[in-house]
Amino acid sequence: MMKLTEEQQAILDGAQGETLAKVMKTLVMFGEAFGAEKMVPVTSEYNHLVTSFGLKLLGPVYELMDQLLEAGAPSKQKFSVDPRPLDSNVPANFLQKVIFNHFMYSKQDFYEDQLQKLGLMDKDAFTCTCYMDEVGNKPKKGEVLSWAESSAVVYANSVLGARCNRNSGIMDIMGSVVGFVPYFGLLTDEGRKASWIVEIKTTKKPEAQLLGSAIGMKVMEDVPYVKGLDKWLGTELDDAACTYLKDFGAATASNGAVGLYHIENLTPEAKESGETLIKEDAKVYVIDDAELEHVKNNYPVIWKDKDATPKLCFMGCPHMSLQQLKDWTERVEAGLKEAGNSKVVIPTVFTASPAVLKEFEKTDYAARLKATGVITSYICPLMYMNNPLSAKMPVITSSNKLRTYTSARYYTDEEILVQITKGGR
Amino acid sequence: MREFKGRVVTPGETKAEAVVSHVGFNTLASLQKPLQFGDKTAKCGDQNNPDLYGKPIAGKALCLPQTIGSTTGGMVLYCACAMERQPACMLFANHIDSLAAAGAILADVWLENVSMPAVDCLGDEFLSYIKDGMTISVKEDGVVVVE
Repeated sequence: MMKLTEEQQAILDGAQGETLAKVMKTLVMFGEAFGAEKMVPVTSEYNHLVTSFGLKLLGPVYELMDQLLEAGAPSKQKFSVDPRPLDSNVPANFLQKVIFNHFMYSKQDFYEDQLQKLGLMDKDAFTCTCYMDEVGNKPKKGEVLSWAESSAVVYANSVLGARCNRNSGIMDIMGSVVGFVPYFGLLTDEGRKASWIVEIKTTKKPEAQLLGSAIGMKVMEDVPYVKGLDKWLGTELDDAACTYLKDFGAATASNGAVGLYHIENLTPEAKESGETLIKEDAKVYVIDDAELEHVKNNYPVIWKDKDATPKLCFMGCPHMSLQQLKDWTERVEAGLKEAGNSKVVIPTVFTASPAVLKEFEKTDYAARLKATGVITSYICPLMYMNNPLSAKMPVITSSNKLRTYTSARYYTDEEILVQITKGGR
Repeated sequence: MREFKGRVVTPGETKAEAVVSHVGFNTLASLQKPLQFGDKTAKCGDQNNPDLYGKPIAGKALCLPQTIGSTTGGMVLYCACAMERQPACMLFANHIDSLAAAGAILADVWLENVSMPAVDCLGDEFLSYIKDGMTISVKEDGVVVVE
């Protein structure tokens, strides 16, 4: 049974109205389902919500949000939210657009208005990588969050050392409305201990998205302690390491349900506490070149015509960093030069947050990338692929999250580069 | 007839026909299409779930290890309940996961006249014993009777 403070009990008893009492009841029941004995204050400056889309089927969610607003219960924190589902920059045919605008995301304007009223931190704060400096929602080590969005939660826990459970949409805003979350799981020291040791024994730097996928599928919701990756990433969380861990983590969270990982000699808690983070009975998973190849070869290809020529390429799920956009500009330029082409041969979209794209536009890389034919966008590729007509298109990606949730086909970064600059399958 | 005892996450009594998933139930992938396109039987749209793909879920006793996938999962389940296309109950072999718990609890607290009992910790044996089409009764105290 959960022990509440006087303040929390008063909210539960209706002192601040029926709606807030229901919010508190929801959080108490949620905590009790996981053995939580108390609620703790949310201490981060900002929240992050997963629901960014005015999807017609989510009508009941918008009604619930209305109830919060009518009760005068906006979020106690300002927040960022996942990427927008629509962007006219991204290629779509007439019928796809009809489905996007009239059947799927017909509530987008209505919902964005609700978000503004509830406390959106900036009109363009739509991204899954809210923790990037350009966006400004970067929690500090030890802070307690009420975030959802699996890729952001795993990054905040692992790379930043913040504390957050894998919350569902709606639960994210509820914690923020009352300012408390139940104390269990990844908020606790015990819940942050590793029950898996992963030993990296590859002969080259493993592809981030492939390594994350392999680990996610093996450990599911458990915490892995990864040894041997510092050999390839170094021991400092520089821009390159953070970018790698962003993509790695998103794959662990979507191919499995990982909410926290420790990288030996690199991530903050692993640096601080080392192997004391490993539980006594931890299992061991060894990853070598053959294991990664095995994992990759076992991905199902659900295209109707498995030999179809790709019609679209998405890069940036989760959204790309500024440095990734610059690096990829150079890689695409070099690839095109080598192939004797002037523009990409498959329509290609690089996605990043509006704030990162704004900074990118200030550099000379923006014009160079545009010259290659690559399109930049703030869209959520997942939301694009959820259109049944998009699902029938042969789309390629190096995102293992996009592969997991949609019909998009996974290729490594190098393979993607060859496909978009030289063609071929 | 066989009885299993689990833990009540959201209360209620019901009797329904079983549908069984031996792999994690991806809530978004399973329910998005039926909710989006008006399928009142809620046929599972998850192509990666060989046990359930194409089978109706609405009104059935959904037996599963746990749910997996996007953190939108809880609210998608909540929407299924609000639209009355939810399973009759959710019966978890393992401890319930945070996304399914959110969906079941949100429905229990925020929706009137909607019931979707959720019982967890029923054990691996429950999932290996139960087969599609068996009749399941769920009691208030978390007892699950399989006929």
